[in-house]
Amino acid sequence: MNDTWVVIPVYNEEQVIGDVVAQVHTAFEQVVCVDDGSSDRSGDAAARAGARVVRHPINLGQGAALQTGFEYALADPSMKYVLTFDGDGQHQIADALGMVDRLRAGEADVVFGSRFLDERSKPTFGKKMVLRAAVGYTNITTHTRLTDAHNGLRAISRPVLEQIKITQNRMAHASELVAQIGAAKATYVEHPVHILYSDYSKAKGQSLWNSINILADLILR
Amino acid sequence: MKIVLIQLVLIAVVILTAVRLLRGRGARTQAVRRLGLMLFAALAVWSILFPSVWNRIAKVVGVGRGTDMVLYALVVAFLSFTLTTYLRFRDFEARYTKLARRLALDESGPPQPPQGVPAQQEQPHAGS
Repeated sequence: MNDTWVVIPVYNEEQVIGDVVAQVHTAFEQVVCVDDGSSDRSGDAAARAGARVVRHPINLGQGAALQTGFEYALADPSMKYVLTFDGDGQHQIADALGMVDRLRAGEADVVFGSRFLDERSKPTFGKKMVLRAAVGYTNITTHTRLTDAHNGLRAISRPVLEQIKITQNRMAHASELVAQIGAAKATYVEHPVHILYSDYSKAKGQSLWNSINILADLILR
Repeated sequence: MKIVLIQLVLIAVVILTAVRLLRGRGARTQAVRRLGLMLFAALAVWSILFPSVWNRIAKVVGVGRGTDMVLYALVVAFLSFTLTTYLRFRDFEARYTKLARRLALDESGPPQPPQGVPAQQEQPHAGS
């Protein structure tokens, strides 16, 4: 599977990133971690687990880290697919494999992970409401039909990736990515994924207050 | 209704500034901004020497007192300042993001596709 790069944005995930990379490596050979200026030794942990590591000299935000990972993967001429994966261990390898398989089968240009297509993921009520509102906003502004726009698990094929340019450094990049995929007239499907809400990922995850900041970032483009 | 005129003027100014600032950021925009600033300074000096000038302006546009007029003007000035600063900050952020990304990518080297067995190649590096 040398045609697939897994891009993992990493910010202060020293505790778990080694395990996450090792797990991803069981299914994908090529893993690049973008260490977004972590203050701990996340980058070293990722490198020890066998990932390529690109280090931002300063913290820029997850959107910027993803774009860096995309540009890194695009520099590999044999790359055909990119998979984005969260560094906190909330995603499942089986889901990731399923999504890349669907790209490979030519089902669509982009496969989005969605936690709302089945009942496996158990977000808290507040989180569910915010995510619903976020996807509603994204659908209205980008003319797409998705059920979960802020899911870190996505599989993107090369021609689409070449047209993507994330400028939203912080969390608003998720909607921006969807908008650009919509503007590129790419075909997309959603794939049911299981988000594992561990205590760790809950502690690291987005505060609900941040949804207001995301909205402001999107409106004041 | 006397207040209508000031409302119209303020709304027009807010929209114009916003449009001005949101559109091109070329030499002309900068020149206009600087002219505006000079005008603002001149007016400030004038009103320090003759405080009653605000009352006269207020009368002309239909506001009760000069102090109210100053407040409205300040609101407009502050809003446009906030917007300019925000946009400039965004520009700046986009620029240093590019710089940091270039640095990061150059430092990491190109992603050579692994030939043969990549896991073994990575191992000695990982062990050290």
